[in-house]
Amino acid sequence: MKSILKPLLMVAAMAVGIISVATLPARATLELNVNKGNVEPMPIAIPDFQGGLGPQISEIVTADLKRSGLFAPIDKAAFVEKITNPDAAPRYEDWKVINAQALVTGSVSKEADGRIRAQYRLWDIFGNQQLAGEQFFANDANQRRVAHIIADAIYEKITGEKGYFDTRVVFVDESGPKNARKKRLAIMDQDGANVRYLSDGRAIVLTPRFSPNRQEITYMSYESGQPKVYLLQIETGQRELVGNFPGMTFAPRFSPDGQKVIMSLLRDDGNSNIFAMDLRSRSTTRLTDSTAIDTSPSYSPDGSQVVFTSDRGGGSGRSQIYVMGADGSNPHRISFGDGVYSTPVWSPRGDLIAFTKQSGGEFQIGVMKTDGSGERILSSGFQQEGPTWAPNGRVLMFFRDSGGGPKLVSVDLTGRNEQPIPTANYASDPAWSPLLE
Amino acid sequence: MGRIAALTRNPAMIALVAALAITGCASKKNLNSPGDLGLNGAGAATPGSAQDFTVNIGDRIFFDTDSASIRADAQTTLARQAQWLNQYRQYAIVIEGHADERGTREYNLALGARRAAATRDFLVSKGVSGSRLKTISYGKERPVAVCDDISCWSQNRRAVTTLSGAGS
Repeated sequence: MKSILKPLLMVAAMAVGIISVATLPARATLELNVNKGNVEPMPIAIPDFQGGLGPQISEIVTADLKRSGLFAPIDKAAFVEKITNPDAAPRYEDWKVINAQALVTGSVSKEADGRIRAQYRLWDIFGNQQLAGEQFFANDANQRRVAHIIADAIYEKITGEKGYFDTRVVFVDESGPKNARKKRLAIMDQDGANVRYLSDGRAIVLTPRFSPNRQEITYMSYESGQPKVYLLQIETGQRELVGNFPGMTFAPRFSPDGQKVIMSLLRDDGNSNIFAMDLRSRSTTRLTDSTAIDTSPSYSPDGSQVVFTSDRGGGSGRSQIYVMGADGSNPHRISFGDGVYSTPVWSPRGDLIAFTKQSGGEFQIGVMKTDGSGERILSSGFQQEGPTWAPNGRVLMFFRDSGGGPKLVSVDLTGRNEQPIPTANYASDPAWSPLLE
Repeated sequence: MGRIAALTRNPAMIALVAALAITGCASKKNLNSPGDLGLNGAGAATPGSAQDFTVNIGDRIFFDTDSASIRADAQTTLARQAQWLNQYRQYAIVIEGHADERGTREYNLALGARRAAATRDFLVSKGVSGSRLKTISYGKERPVAVCDDISCWSQNRRAVTTLSGAGS
């Protein structure tokens, strides 16, 4: 899938005006093994970048890395060397004494044509060497993106895994009293910056999800009276009904190639089955046909399987997680824990399924392997649900209502690094974009 | 907030508040309908008016947790609804299915739909024409009771029979 998308991504990168023009790779001795059970955050020193915009950019880089839970930025007051030339090798001994494992230096300047030039260098202090150096050009509007791209580069150089900072989140902005909540589609950067509204709040909107091409979302809206699944082009605002089904359609998600939307369709008898619709040919495929609530379908990243929930196992309300072929073949239950399971979402890495579980009067966010084994609960609360994966499969975002209204929260796979996502109003149903690149 | 919390502890009160609110809407829509004289107090609703239906018949039934089964008390209400609806055939009907907040959003949309369908099917079994009946699910998106405990959840697990105006 990656190779098919690559040419498109390059074009997208050009369009937003962020171009990497120089990379200076070096052999890595500095490593952080994120697959160990207990990761100690790596002490990292990030002095203010040079130039007028420099401190703003380095502050965003610092915040990204800190929130990941994998890095511990060192208090600037402890720094011994004052960096005046970000291109020159630092005095390694000065950084060793404050136990900085890594040092990031950088500068930001304005070009004659108005663009921003941002560059950074990553230094391996105990290896006495430069680990990476890159520079980027960007339009003014993309200042924050440059910072996120630099944070992603540092994250990847040190952990060996792709970052997730240059991403966006689409969600439902909620305001007003609980019995008359106004719900609007909104989009923002993963750290809560740059919020933009995508609907006016007149109709209830729910469950937005990103297309793999990042340009559109699928969601459910009551705008026609009957709740239905729609597509929305993020930049143009163009909307389109998905399919011409007689009843309510809900719980939509894209296929990994972006060509299909999979969703639930209400049957006349009050039960719900799962359908996939090809967005080009408009042909629909029925994947389940049961007198049960079959919903919340989510494709595996290779598109060959679908995870979903069903109460077909009997016992009122005992919703459980099932996996079937993408053609509906061989549905089999994979969740057997003590509780009710819902909202399964396949990890972009393919290795795990995240879910919401109700057990003992609590709502839990957890993960299990794709055969249902190895269940781990990452977060518990009175009311929380709806996990979405960061594109690198290491962090989940979900929404939690601690009384009053819902807010967004992220948690990493260790379950130890929980972070609130700042939003102006109440917020629910987050969906993480792929890396913007 | 304190006042709402106090009201929601009393199911009868909340039903009345909801009934008044709904009648308020209906009376606006049907200003020219001869049957609807607006708010004259609960007992004085004109027979055949939307207010009569909501106040004297009862426009809603309640469900057990995670269930779409029509309970015995609900069967009584629905039988009364059916009799009334068969008498006043000018109304088209939309049945709203709702869930409490103790479930996830997508599951609750499906559960609300199942409750609305079960309610519709019961009314049809009592002779109400299926062609007059539409259903819609609001999942947990439109609670009437807004506290965070059992007293509210039981009020929110409901199906509401709404008269969508003279269908004639």
